[in-house]
Amino acid sequence: MHDLAPLTALAGTTPVQDSIGPVTITEAPDWALASVAARLGQEKACSTALASVLGADIPGVAAHTQGPAMSAFWTGPHIWIVEAPYDSHEDLAAMLSAKLGECASVTEQSDAWVRFDVTGDGIERLFERLCNLDLAKLGQGAARRSVIEHLGCYVIRGTEGIHVYGPRSSAQSLHHALTSAARAVF
Amino acid sequence: MSRLPTGGQIDRTRKISFRFDGQYYKGHPGDTLASALLANGVRLMGRSFKYHRPRGVLTAGSEEPNALVELRTGGRQEPNTRATTVELFDGLQAHSQNAWPSLKFDALAINDRLSNFLTAGFYYKTFMWPAAFWEKLYEPIIRRAAGLGSITTKPDPDLYDKGFLHCDLLVIGAGPAGLAAALTAGRAGARVIVADEDFRMGGRLNAETFTLGAQSGADWTAQVVAELASLPNVRLLSRTTIFGAFDHGVYGAVERVSDHLLTPAPDKPRQILWRIYSKRALLCAGALERPIAFANNDRPGIMTASALRAYVNRWAASPAETVAVFTNNDDGHRTASDLLAAGVKVAAVIDTREDAPALQGAEVLAGAQVTDTAGRLGLKSVTVRLANGKSRKLDVGALGVAGGWNPNVALTCHQRGRPVWNNAIAAFVPGAELPQGMAVAGAAQGHFSTHAALHGGADSARRILADIGISAAAPDLPQAEDAPVNITPFWHVGGTKRAWLDFQNDVTVKDVKLAHQENFRSVEHLKRYTTLGMATDQGKTSNMGGLAVMAELTGKSIEATGTTIFRPPYTPVSMGALAGRSTGRDFKPTRLTPSHKWATEQGAVFVEVGMWLRAQWFPRAGEKTWRESVDREVLATRASVGVCDVTTLGKIDVQGRDAAAFLNRIYCNGFAKLAVGRVRYGLMLREDGIAMDDGTAARLAEDHFVVTTTTANAVPVYRHMEFARQCLWPDMDVQLISTTEAWAQFAVAGPNARKLLQKIVDPEFDISNDAFPFMACGEITVCGGLRARLFRISFSGELAYEIAVPTRYGDALIRRLMQAGEEFDVTPYGTEALGVMRIEKGHAAGNELNGQTTARDLGMGRMVSDKKDSIGAVLSRREGLNQPDGLRLVGFKPKNPKARVLAGAHLLEIGADMTAANDLGYVTSACYSPCLKSFIAIGFLKAGDERMGDVLRAASPLTGDDTEVEIVSAHFIDPEGERLRA
Repeated sequence: MHDLAPLTALAGTTPVQDSIGPVTITEAPDWALASVAARLGQEKACSTALASVLGADIPGVAAHTQGPAMSAFWTGPHIWIVEAPYDSHEDLAAMLSAKLGECASVTEQSDAWVRFDVTGDGIERLFERLCNLDLAKLGQGAARRSVIEHLGCYVIRGTEGIHVYGPRSSAQSLHHALTSAARAVF
Repeated sequence: MSRLPTGGQIDRTRKISFRFDGQYYKGHPGDTLASALLANGVRLMGRSFKYHRPRGVLTAGSEEPNALVELRTGGRQEPNTRATTVELFDGLQAHSQNAWPSLKFDALAINDRLSNFLTAGFYYKTFMWPAAFWEKLYEPIIRRAAGLGSITTKPDPDLYDKGFLHCDLLVIGAGPAGLAAALTAGRAGARVIVADEDFRMGGRLNAETFTLGAQSGADWTAQVVAELASLPNVRLLSRTTIFGAFDHGVYGAVERVSDHLLTPAPDKPRQILWRIYSKRALLCAGALERPIAFANNDRPGIMTASALRAYVNRWAASPAETVAVFTNNDDGHRTASDLLAAGVKVAAVIDTREDAPALQGAEVLAGAQVTDTAGRLGLKSVTVRLANGKSRKLDVGALGVAGGWNPNVALTCHQRGRPVWNNAIAAFVPGAELPQGMAVAGAAQGHFSTHAALHGGADSARRILADIGISAAAPDLPQAEDAPVNITPFWHVGGTKRAWLDFQNDVTVKDVKLAHQENFRSVEHLKRYTTLGMATDQGKTSNMGGLAVMAELTGKSIEATGTTIFRPPYTPVSMGALAGRSTGRDFKPTRLTPSHKWATEQGAVFVEVGMWLRAQWFPRAGEKTWRESVDREVLATRASVGVCDVTTLGKIDVQGRDAAAFLNRIYCNGFAKLAVGRVRYGLMLREDGIAMDDGTAARLAEDHFVVTTTTANAVPVYRHMEFARQCLWPDMDVQLISTTEAWAQFAVAGPNARKLLQKIVDPEFDISNDAFPFMACGEITVCGGLRARLFRISFSGELAYEIAVPTRYGDALIRRLMQAGEEFDVTPYGTEALGVMRIEKGHAAGNELNGQTTARDLGMGRMVSDKKDSIGAVLSRREGLNQPDGLRLVGFKPKNPKARVLAGAHLLEIGADMTAANDLGYVTSACYSPCLKSFIAIGFLKAGDERMGDVLRAASPLTGDDTEVEIVSAHFIDPEGERLRA
């Protein structure tokens, strides 16, 4: 086991959490991510294999599905990002690559993104200051690509709130956008 | 006159203190600045644009051309705010504009005496010669004399937000039509947004005295607004102006969240710019009353008749004890009767119509016209020419002018729709071509009675909702007045004195006549020549008058004369709202490297590279200049080992059965046969044969490559490859994804690089020169098992590697490298040292890959393989790109090593004049080389490969630098590449 200590995207040793009015914005570093893209002509095989790995239907267009141990969301035609707890799945990409074999290209994405979990009443009012998604129409399991603070982000409606994935190197800017918008609203 | 003893929608139990031009006044909650000033007996509120004429309010709304004030002070000072829309707040400070030394005595009122010279086109005709005087002399003088408010030079301390809203139905305007529509749609469960520019919803219902059923207009409004507020599917946005109708049902809106407060609450924005995505929109923007032009019709106290009764009815403020009304339609009589009911004396109703109806309580002068007025700083009297030709003078302090109503069609024109003329109301109404999804109801559609507005709003809402699959019931609407429009169009009173059409730009009937005389007759020319309809009010009260006069002069109908087009914004939008939070250091997001925290601790100096912040150099105690730090970093790296964060370089994961074949087409050099575990330098060309970007591609497996790009081109290259994959060769099995952010990558360079890495790379991975030679790559583990990638590539020309670990471990890795490297005196180096070393090595970078150079220019012509096809290969063989005297990348060494050479300098023969014709090329990159103890440079020289050893001038007319340089190879250090293979 190596002896290097990780930093979160906000350059801390523990995740940053902000409670502003009714909402809580939490940096969520504990997720391993891997992209899965079906190879040409292997789309069906890849979907089937991925569903089997997930233990759930693969997510449809602009959707997110939850399996017993892993979840996934759609990011493009025959492309998904798979999520799993980092502690138990640090080797997520290697594991998926082994299980999906020749039918998919798998790429580690764990540290390409920063994730913020936003919970609390009135998050719709917060997000209307952040991106052009119509959250009233975005039910649980929706996964959308949008722009927040000039940054391409994924906005996912989970069971308890909204997960925002943004580019990791801009974590501070994204965090500033989320918290300052929350202070403006609440 | 002051506040009327009763009435008005003001809270008389509370008093608000405010200042205008330094003087303290009191008002009440519910007042606007204009109503409060009138209630304090202040009619004079500003000076006009050109002639500096005393001016008061003309209207009671956002169409106001006259009463523009500078609001607030310091960084919050805002020019050109309309006193008619400024909601009064405690501590408000306003200043009149365009007057010096004071509003009552304005020195530049001399312009008024010179009006015979200052006609339309005066500036164009007068200040033509000499041309050079315009910018430096004439324009500044004119700008000082003319003009509106002044801007503050201090930064705005407030926040502005932007946001997005979505709805089924956007109702624009909350007058009777808008409220009836919102009620209909709200009760049906539709998602409704109601936007109204006023702080009190209700539109004209707040300013009129007639009843809706048994209720007053204000009470009915309050009841409806309360019901709408209780519906979760309805969002009420007061103090919100819809300023533009954009494509696909998107509307721009500005919500003035805190403008009615002295300062915004902490962290709260002053304004929010909303983009409202609507399925349908219903424009219920009402109508604007237009004035009639007559001699000296601009004195304070002369205003539209509807404004006069709005001040009396809504704000219980009468501008004078005795007033008169000048009208061409029945609506003017309504003003007279309302004022009479409020206890204001009405001297007469001057009605241009011979058959004017009678009015109880006031004399009606039928067939009469106002021919002149008097009163220097405020109206004292009006002169009336009676039907029998005799003149009568009326001593009045205010005159209400009723010239008819113009439906507020501005938003219907934002996508090039043209309004059409309606003879029955003598006004333009919305045309057939409306912005997508828009409908119009109420007075904005030309339906002026309250009854018509209520029913028009409700019916339109039902029709619109049915269109999008929502069925709505007709609401129970109250009985309301349904008076017909009775108007005889009348635009201006004839005469030789000046009669104002456009109060804001000081455009008179005479100016329109002059424009006509000088053949500026199209409406668009009329506007530009006279400035009619320009500036902050965009001609809301003046356009029709100007058109009517032009129509009269040309003998055409108004319809045939046409209108200028209305464009967004409907009313001015502050720059702050347009910028939102993207100001100052938040202008753009910042990207931080994985070692940023560590570098900050080291005292690194950072440089912006695109959105990235990169360490530029790491100063040490005692170093006085940046050069000292950079020289040290270069020498230490070349002597032992240095480490640099190179995470910012783009990384693209390329996978698939056809990955190699794909890269073979993307890069001009061959990639099909690259062995697994090897890296190759690659150059990609644009379609036109010009070099696009360079980098490396590492083959991690048969079907897996990692491509690197320059920092600047990370996104363009990814986009280019994605385009090629999706559009050019969709039959190839290739998958792409960016991994730039996923991996923290460090260059470890210098003769001791391997020794340093061997201390952290896990022992099962042999990185000796034999096992891991130059241009090798592999997936390894470090520090006891952390997955990592190692590439033996060199930008510095030294024995060098790039090592990558998952980004979260980047901070720990740099700390470990520094710790493990202590025995080698390891040095962190920044982008400056990186740049020096790559110039010393003669490696091209962004300065050389500048979008104008080819592979041949870069000395890499032979890399463009003719054994295969690749993007740009064919066009790179164009004759024009292959001239014998074409540019070549070469090195330059000054004859005097201490003489600096600057990037951007041009190359000339010794003794040649510094002219474009003698230009032989240019310097692209230059630095001081601490290794060679000399300034050095690289750049492009015509036939440079044949000029080795020649001496030329590197000269810059910008800096005055003029240095003799010897032409040398661009590879200053280790041209044979022995070090990087060591």
